[in-house]
Amino acid sequence: MTGCTDTPVLKERGQHEVFCGLTGIIWLHRKMQDAFFLVVGSRTCAHLLQSAAGVMIFAEPRFGTAILEEGDLAGLKDANEELDREVARLLERRPDIRQLFLVGSCPSEVIKLDLARAAERLSAEHAPNVRVLNYSGSGIETTFTQGEDACLAAMVPGLAATDAETLLLVGALPDVVEDQARDLLAAMGITSVQVLPGRRAAADPTVGPNTRYALLQPFLGDTAAALDARGATRIPAPFPFGEEGTTLWLRAVADAFGVDDATFARATDAPRARARKAVAAVAGTLRDKRVFFLPDSQLELPLARFLTRECGMQAVEVGTPFLHAQIMADELALLAEGPRIAEGQDVEKQLDRVRADRPDLTVCGLGLANPLEREGLTTKWAIELVFTPVHFYEQAGDLASLFARPIRRKALLAAGRGDAPVAVAAE
Amino acid sequence: MKLTVWTYEGPPHVGAMRVATGMEGLHYVLHAPQGDTYADLLFTMIERRGQRPPVTYTTFQARDLGSDTATLFKDACHAAYDRFRPEALIVGASCTAELIQDDPGGLAERLGLPVPVIALELPSYSRKELFGTDETFYQLARQLAQPCERTPEVSCNILGPVGLGFRHRDDVVEVTKLLDAMGIAVNCVAPMGARPSDLGRLGAAHFNVLLYPEHAEAAARWLEREHGQPFTRTIPIGAQATRAFVAEVAELAGVAPVLDAASLRQPWWSASVDSTYLTGKRVFVFGDATHAVAAAKVARDEMGFEVCGLGCYNREFARPLRALAREMGVEALITDDYLEVERAIAAAAPEMILGTQMERHIGKRLGIPCAVISSPVHVQDFPARHSPQMGVEGANVLFDTWVHPLVMGLEEHLLTMFREDFEFSDAAGPSHHGGHAPAAAHPAEPESPQGISGQRTDGEPVWVEAAERELRKIPFFVRGKARRNTEIFAVERGLAEIGVETLYEAKAHYAR
Repeated sequence: MTGCTDTPVLKERGQHEVFCGLTGIIWLHRKMQDAFFLVVGSRTCAHLLQSAAGVMIFAEPRFGTAILEEGDLAGLKDANEELDREVARLLERRPDIRQLFLVGSCPSEVIKLDLARAAERLSAEHAPNVRVLNYSGSGIETTFTQGEDACLAAMVPGLAATDAETLLLVGALPDVVEDQARDLLAAMGITSVQVLPGRRAAADPTVGPNTRYALLQPFLGDTAAALDARGATRIPAPFPFGEEGTTLWLRAVADAFGVDDATFARATDAPRARARKAVAAVAGTLRDKRVFFLPDSQLELPLARFLTRECGMQAVEVGTPFLHAQIMADELALLAEGPRIAEGQDVEKQLDRVRADRPDLTVCGLGLANPLEREGLTTKWAIELVFTPVHFYEQAGDLASLFARPIRRKALLAAGRGDAPVAVAAE
Repeated sequence: MKLTVWTYEGPPHVGAMRVATGMEGLHYVLHAPQGDTYADLLFTMIERRGQRPPVTYTTFQARDLGSDTATLFKDACHAAYDRFRPEALIVGASCTAELIQDDPGGLAERLGLPVPVIALELPSYSRKELFGTDETFYQLARQLAQPCERTPEVSCNILGPVGLGFRHRDDVVEVTKLLDAMGIAVNCVAPMGARPSDLGRLGAAHFNVLLYPEHAEAAARWLEREHGQPFTRTIPIGAQATRAFVAEVAELAGVAPVLDAASLRQPWWSASVDSTYLTGKRVFVFGDATHAVAAAKVARDEMGFEVCGLGCYNREFARPLRALAREMGVEALITDDYLEVERAIAAAAPEMILGTQMERHIGKRLGIPCAVISSPVHVQDFPARHSPQMGVEGANVLFDTWVHPLVMGLEEHLLTMFREDFEFSDAAGPSHHGGHAPAAAHPAEPESPQGISGQRTDGEPVWVEAAERELRKIPFFVRGKARRNTEIFAVERGLAEIGVETLYEAKAHYAR
């Protein structure tokens, strides 16, 4: 079966309505406990981080913005000195920091502030306590989840070399899910498992020609390329969303490590059955409902595959900000023919299509959700899909619930009003 | 370059968006990279608006930079006009677009659109959000307001409410009621709720009511100069200011001052015997200058609080705040550095903070309750109910919202008396706070002996164990003040140790 492998991709170029790569900081700064993310940017960057997450996080954030001011734009020499001073002040205030990421932004890219050189200089200055790295999360280079890709890709060249045969899991997952993945692999006898990013700098993985790696997130194309350059080998697989995705992902890893069928079954049968049961409990709400994905996170194709194959939904359109043909090959093959596949964005045209299609559920960014709800459409925020534990067997039911909840809520409110349980008309 | 963790103000183009989003029939074309579209969610999520802000972004990318971003901008203007058919267009650049110097104003002018196109110069690297609101509304008024006859009946404009404003929606309702009682018609409320064509008739009013100087003072001054419209200076927050506002309006309008105070409960609630416990509560006030000044006056004059700190984040309006701080015997804190505010609050050890969403975080960290008086705010500060800050009902709302974070009435005394009671003690927190114990907010205090900075330092007085134990018997909401007063007392007297005696001597010394 080739599924959507040969479906022509609608490539769009127009107004985007998506977070920039800086927003990856929002989950990365919690994942890497001794890291600090210093955006070198404008007041807008600081305001973005605060608005997208900062004001909702009550622990002190391990991120900040070095705001460029008029004086910095006058001459680059000044900007570098200023940056060194701010970094020194920051590290003095936070002596617990071991990794410092200088994160490039739109303005720092446009004025061509050389953060790679700044990182080298600062690394030398603050060694051995602090390692300083840099990457770009700018909106002119990256969207939303690409920020994580840029960050991890920046870490790869500095990873220690090894010839050991190991499995490297790539992608920032909630700690609880990461532990579950390790447990599943351990049950199959795969114990030499490392994770990028490590929770602490000292826990960063080693990499070499005998490293085989499996991506946990579909948006890590640059990181994969960087690992390939270090001689590591990717284990191609669908992504571990839902019972089927998790099984196929684990199967691919198991095959790469020569795990026999009996061992695989012993390790996976029980959690597989649990996952199926949990999804089935929710799928009733989703069955035959039509779903439309606006492009946000690059998770759209794997999620459409999960929702159509395991929850009985119909995909109307699956938009993705960027479609990495190789990494998505297995997903496209699994996704049944039918939906439009769109890459890139022209938000007004996409909204026109949403309005024409009137899907039962629209997966979109935060800026669009309430306006679409007001038009009587039911929405799911894309951002929750990167913040919530959704990978592997034990989360399969939760993942389905994320999509079922808005539909159930609409029905509950309609029932409470005595309406027929259908979409509410726009005012 | 300046390091910031959280920021009180966004960039100036967000200010322009707040004006555009408040209005109808106006569209903003913003030359900006794709990341800047985050600003939409401020309005759709925090303010729960059902429409996207009327903003079209060019969302240029790196690959566009080598080619022609100016064409991208012109195409976006045409597309926005064709799709939305606005009465007027504002155009501008965000911080990144400012660097590539495409001159949106000049480009838009040459497009020949059949509606007014207003170019905004909002320097991102030197100005901030509130400059953006004020400047945008000023440019709109300047370019749209036409000379016109005054209305036959006495009328005014209400100037200043914008999108994302702290309770602007509800304040306008209350202020309209005050004006209505005096028979004064409202010609136009702007920017919020107005169309560009309404701004054309701003000059028909006899005078202007300036509700939020941060957002509309430049426009009010220009209308005074060009259209001969005086404007009000009093901000009607609190019972006294509401009376003063009514008197000022009456004079400008040439009518008798009328105030229906039948539903004004705040002065009596403040005077009632149950409020005795509010006496001299120490509050730290921080916000935008207008709200901070108003809140400090209400706190001192109408609630009987002691203002132990006063500051604002917008330097442009710092002068009246400085004057008031001097009068109140505190040092004005004019800063947009969140960490500096945190340090000042920690040092002042107030019993309550009146602040913004940022101070809510500081309060959470320091274990000090906080009521919000000013933007920046969060989704919970856009309540479903009517909850104004201004006018008669606004005064009532202030009483309720400022009193609730405090430990109330008899409970204060019971907490002292039954501090061993597990359901009714420090760890349990105030009983009316819905059962979330502020345990995390009151970390275990370090073992004595320790220096006054929390760590032992030579030459500083040290808390002996008995004194430390005695200190812990004082209820949590005044313990910070007691610790601080005792330490100052000990330092002033050059004591090497703080014993139980010192604690009580200091208590007697500072007794009120």
